[in-house]
Amino acid sequence: MERSAGSSVPVGVRVIGRLGAAVIDAVAGLGRFGMFVVETVRALPDVRTWGPHVVAQMRRLGVDSLPIALFLAVFTGIVLSLQASYTITGTIPLYFVGALAGKSMILELGPVLTGLALSGRVGANIASELGTMRVSEQIDALETLAYNPHAYLVVPRVLATTAMFPILVIFANLVGIAAALVTAVHLLDMSVQEFLRGLRLFYVPFDVSYALIKATSFGLVIALVSTYQGFTTAGGAEGVGRNTTRAVVVSGMLILALDAYWAVVLL
Amino acid sequence: MIEFVDVHKAFGPKQVLRGFSLTVEEGETLSLVGFSGAGKSVALKHVVGLLKPDRGTVRVDGQDVPSLGRKELYELRRRVGYVFQFAALFDSLTVGENIAMGLRRQGTMDERQIRERVAEALALVELEGFEDRYPPELSGGQRKRAGLARAIAFRPKYLLYDEPTSGLDPVTTTVIDRLILKMKRELGVTSLVITHDMHSAYRISDRIAMLYEGRVLQIGTPEEIRATTHPIVRGFVEGEPELIEAAEQGEAA
Repeated sequence: MERSAGSSVPVGVRVIGRLGAAVIDAVAGLGRFGMFVVETVRALPDVRTWGPHVVAQMRRLGVDSLPIALFLAVFTGIVLSLQASYTITGTIPLYFVGALAGKSMILELGPVLTGLALSGRVGANIASELGTMRVSEQIDALETLAYNPHAYLVVPRVLATTAMFPILVIFANLVGIAAALVTAVHLLDMSVQEFLRGLRLFYVPFDVSYALIKATSFGLVIALVSTYQGFTTAGGAEGVGRNTTRAVVVSGMLILALDAYWAVVLL
Repeated sequence: MIEFVDVHKAFGPKQVLRGFSLTVEEGETLSLVGFSGAGKSVALKHVVGLLKPDRGTVRVDGQDVPSLGRKELYELRRRVGYVFQFAALFDSLTVGENIAMGLRRQGTMDERQIRERVAEALALVELEGFEDRYPPELSGGQRKRAGLARAIAFRPKYLLYDEPTSGLDPVTTTVIDRLILKMKRELGVTSLVITHDMHSAYRISDRIAMLYEGRVLQIGTPEEIRATTHPIVRGFVEGEPELIEAAEQGEAA
């Protein structure tokens, strides 16, 4: 068997050892995240601590995210309208543009694009703020003042993000569809009635429920992952940067995984 | 009384405390000195349950800290003020709000009483009128004093200081040392001070203990420590690395 210079341990054994260590690390990390979630759930009855902070967090993480969500929605709506027209022209009636644009926006692009964009804005915001508090011992200081940091810092952010995400997605969907309609009317020579006829064609109320279920789960995941990354930050400014990046990347990956999961389970 | 009994603590493969035992008597100011990274702050965090020992225990007023439930731990923390190395003030809150946080948590005072107590705590640390300033507007020394005001606002029985004078100029260091003496004189608190500044330790301490390789190497009054013949302690207090190296080589041989 191949051996590296200066080592009596075979390369194969070392590779297996490293793989094993990586698996153990991953399982331990999942366990720590699970404990973090349990601690957060256990802090829920402490309303006196988290109650006063929820509205402020809803404004900061939710309302202040509205411009970026709407900006994305406008351009997504424009592109959806034009691509739908490009796809169906000459094959099926043009009013199907409304159906394609509406369905795509409500079911997929509204929740997912908003989720991905806000995993950057909201996730980075939460992880860097809590990470800085961790490395500057502010979270320890909260503990010494007899505050439960999960109740004071985590619960308000998780509740605010989970509650505001569906609202943001509703606005994004409405604005995206409106942008698709304006595009269809001005660039595709469709009438408003034609577009709306297509929009209504395959619409079922479940579409909205589906979008809201997805948006709620995305908000919950972003908030939990980001608060966890913030809480477990170590190593000064470099650690804050590392965990903030990890919060954004992991949130984005989980959003895509959840998107597929809901499609399998609900569609 | 604060007691560390045979405390062991490791972070991964790094063994920080190895049988650390120390008793801080009622009413005294004890300074724990030692090299950077020796585990002084780690020891301090065990007193309020921010860290749990791997082995051994820490007792405060006879209560076994590692075995306390969350509620009992919070009760204990109301008797212990903690002054952090870099103050750990909440940047988004004013100095007054920072100090009021612990008082609000106790829930025993109305807003007028809290305001009065905040002003009183700020006066004790000579920061009168700083209630509405934000932490980023303060100098290093002022931040430390504001951190001290937050720690003493709920009139704790014990005060834990983590490097209260690190990073300060000599004059501001003297000001902080005088404040530590004032806290003892006027509030009668029992204090455990983590420092590596020997001038400061001599000024403020009733006793000084040196932490080395995870346990107490020597403990005594400032005079006893000043006159020590132990080569490592002497090397540390006099700032002579050659003495320490020679002693370590002697031990290894």
